[in-house]
Amino acid sequence: MDPLLLLVQLLNGVQLGLLLFLVAAGLTLVFGILDVINLAHGVLYMVGAYAAAVVLVRSGHFALAVLAGPLVALGAGLALDRLVLRFVYDRDHLDQVLATFGVLIFVNELVRVLFGPAALPFPLPAGFEWSVRLPGGATYPAWRLAIIAAGAILAFLLFWVLTRTRAGMLVRAAATDPAMLEMLGVDVRRLFLLVLGAGAALAGFAGAMAGPIVAVQPGMGDQILILAFVVIVTGGTGSVQGALLGSLLVGLADTLGRSFLTDMLRLALPPAAANEVGPALASMLIYLVMAGVLLARPRGLMPVRRAAR
Amino acid sequence: MTARPRQRSRPAARAEAILASAVFTAIAALLVIADFLDQPFYLKLLTRALVLALAALALDLAVGIAGLVSLGHAAFLGVGAYVIGISAEHGMTNGWVQWPLAVAAAASAALVVGGLSLRTRGVQFIMITLAFGQMFFYLANSLSRYGGDDGLTIWTRSQFGTWLSLSDRRTLAWLSLSILLAAYLFLRKLRWSRFGRVLRAAKENERRMAALGFAVGRFRLVAFVISGALTGLAGVLLANLTEFVAPAYLSWHRSGELLAMVVLGGLGTLHGAVLGAFVFVLLEEVLARLTTHWALLFGPFLVLVVLAGRGGLVGLVQRIDAPR
Repeated sequence: MDPLLLLVQLLNGVQLGLLLFLVAAGLTLVFGILDVINLAHGVLYMVGAYAAAVVLVRSGHFALAVLAGPLVALGAGLALDRLVLRFVYDRDHLDQVLATFGVLIFVNELVRVLFGPAALPFPLPAGFEWSVRLPGGATYPAWRLAIIAAGAILAFLLFWVLTRTRAGMLVRAAATDPAMLEMLGVDVRRLFLLVLGAGAALAGFAGAMAGPIVAVQPGMGDQILILAFVVIVTGGTGSVQGALLGSLLVGLADTLGRSFLTDMLRLALPPAAANEVGPALASMLIYLVMAGVLLARPRGLMPVRRAAR
Repeated sequence: MTARPRQRSRPAARAEAILASAVFTAIAALLVIADFLDQPFYLKLLTRALVLALAALALDLAVGIAGLVSLGHAAFLGVGAYVIGISAEHGMTNGWVQWPLAVAAAASAALVVGGLSLRTRGVQFIMITLAFGQMFFYLANSLSRYGGDDGLTIWTRSQFGTWLSLSDRRTLAWLSLSILLAAYLFLRKLRWSRFGRVLRAAKENERRMAALGFAVGRFRLVAFVISGALTGLAGVLLANLTEFVAPAYLSWHRSGELLAMVVLGGLGTLHGAVLGAFVFVLLEEVLARLTTHWALLFGPFLVLVVLAGRGGLVGLVQRIDAPR
């Protein structure tokens, strides 16, 4: 195995993991507090990417574009709450799944009508077209490093807010025992709206940052939504630490699996068989990791200890 | 009042039987009309609805009766269809071998997915079934020998000797209806059996059933496997209808659509799932003729069904029918 390639792929894995974390963090808190499943969360990621792409092409300012992503996604998230989500909080999970599924296919189609089925152009910002020289001689795109840095800073900020501020304390309390918090006079509904909004903004920011390296097209949110589900199940529902651990695990497993699994199989299998099995196994790897975690720890790697309901 | 197991009241049972017979009679009438007017397009559309109705019926066992909200049932549909496609590709077109093999494969897939997913509850269960469904989707995508993401054309439909030829559209349509009816009668029997009662009681109150000594998890797993096997059978019919299989059959949107059919018709009623599937397929057809962007109309419709429609279409009929 080429150590330089390994280094590059490790960085790619961390980059994908942090991007996933930005999407999964909001989603897991929403589950944790109100026990609501929201399939439309991936849509917010897509909305963020589209908002950034449009602003970038119209204005030419990249900073403006990256700002537009989270802001528009925040607006979309609050609109989602007003129009659909607030009616299904008290319903069962099946109703939540169907209502948010309806939203998802509607927004995907709306985006297709407004912007066409093809991917939108999303050029790299000026000043980020260069690559960083890594120790050992390999090069790495600066933009991906920027994603890693932004993801790490936001993850750190999120943990700081959750563990060091009053609002964060209330959010953690709500994830443990929302009914008790309500009794103590906290407006859990408003707290939830705050978390939903923050989650939407994070997802929108992730979409804006991912814009230059993925195809900005209708349905791009579905893919990330399912990956975020795998992250949440692996990490433990409702737990932000779990989401971070799960994101990095899924990001690394997916990236390393795709680049090295076929070569590793060649050591054990004839080349033709390895070429056949390798890619198939690599695309299934994160789900197998999830299955393994479920076998060992059904509640995920870092479950939230909840009060009995 | 002493606690008694909930029995069907006689009028309610009769109303259910009447509505179910009406649904199946209407379907048969539609088939006869389409055949009489010599409309192969409509015959194919109706057969498609029959096949999806079988899948929705199977899903209703998992969701409506056992309370397991699966968002990955398209995978079992796909497994059934792919077994037909792959065996036909290797020249194995004997239906007596193909069909049991396909149903067994779908049942095994359901056993593995159900066994893992049932370790969790609620939201996690939904997410995990969705994730495993997606795993099967990627597996189908990476089968480069069998068409990869382009899919695989089936050159020969399943062969059942000389007396049953599936290349005749009419035969396939009536066979699908017979299978659907048989599955419906089987599941209705199951629903009122001890097995079905345990499932429904555990849906109401899992802890109490466990305290009474029922291995709730095992009952649910069996229900999930039966549901997966029947969905696989629907996949078998679908592959024979379209003479084609592709990863799109396993798309998670299909899983969502199946759930929508069940809820649209009326959760846990069985004949509701059949009705829901027909309304869904016909509505999709009508909307798709109005505009290529039918999802713009269908998404909000789905939200409205959830928000307004308690009990689905069957519930609606009952409310109109019920004496004040």
